Amino acid sequence: MEQIAAGDFQVIDDCLLIQLPEEIDHHGAGFICECADRYLVREEVRNVVFDFGRTRFMDSSGIGIVMGRYRKISCFGGRVYAIHVDRQIERIFKLSGLNKIVEVLES
Amino acid sequence: MKNEMEIIFDALSDNEGFARTAVAAFIAHLNPTLEEMADIKTAVSEAVTNSIIHGYENLYGYGRPGREAGVCSEETGPARPGRRANPGKVHLRCALENEILHIEVADSGKGIEDVERAMEPLYTTKPELERSGMGFAFMEAFMDDLEVESAPGKGTKVRMIKKIGVGGWIGHQC
Repeated sequence: MEQIAAGDFQVIDDCLLIQLPEEIDHHGAGFICECADRYLVREEVRNVVFDFGRTRFMDSSGIGIVMGRYRKISCFGGRVYAIHVDRQIERIFKLSGLNKIVEVLES
Repeated sequence: MKNEMEIIFDALSDNEGFARTAVAAFIAHLNPTLEEMADIKTAVSEAVTNSIIHGYENLYGYGRPGREAGVCSEETGPARPGRRANPGKVHLRCALENEILHIEVADSGKGIEDVERAMEPLYTTKPELERSGMGFAFMEAFMDDLEVESAPGKGTKVRMIKKIGVGGWIGHQC
């Protein structure tokens, strides 16, 4: 299974763009959170964009990743966005109420 | 037609992907819709992850197979110095009866004190893990029936049922 790599994190202006892996579960979530947080501290980014373009599977661990980053940046006025969200992921967003804190951008 | 399978595996986060892929392969010949397949994989993933994290308290997903010790960096991947996985097995059983899929995920871990509470959405006993507390809520939403049997020290048994071939989106829209 393909895992997330350093190149999947990109800082553009004040945004951190995270290219999420094909499968998002508890097994890989810890590493994604750790890497993301390192960027949030080091690069002083304001917003986070999650790119689900490659993602074919996600369980509730994905909710944890997004919610955790939201908590960390929202107190400084940052926002969380999601792009390339397919039907199944959108359903998980709605079911968990995540669609209230994450702005899903059509691309 | 009746068909059954049973797998026993170590309570390691590496096996979360294996478990849901095995169930997906087991039901593939029924030609489930993409939605049904995604629902079942998500539910299995939630149940197995619960057993690993809560049942056996193997809290961290290591992200790369076999890596347990050392220093975490972007080059070497995640690692948790000094942390060893707790031993324990997860039992995954599937039975197909016509188009009805029964899944049972069982562990002999520490068990759940208050099952009703554990099943509340957003409730989690481990907030420090940055998980959502949505595990049981997802199982309930994605499957047709969910039963949880657990007692402290006695392990946990999760039973789920789903009818395959009814067109996942009808009656499931939220």
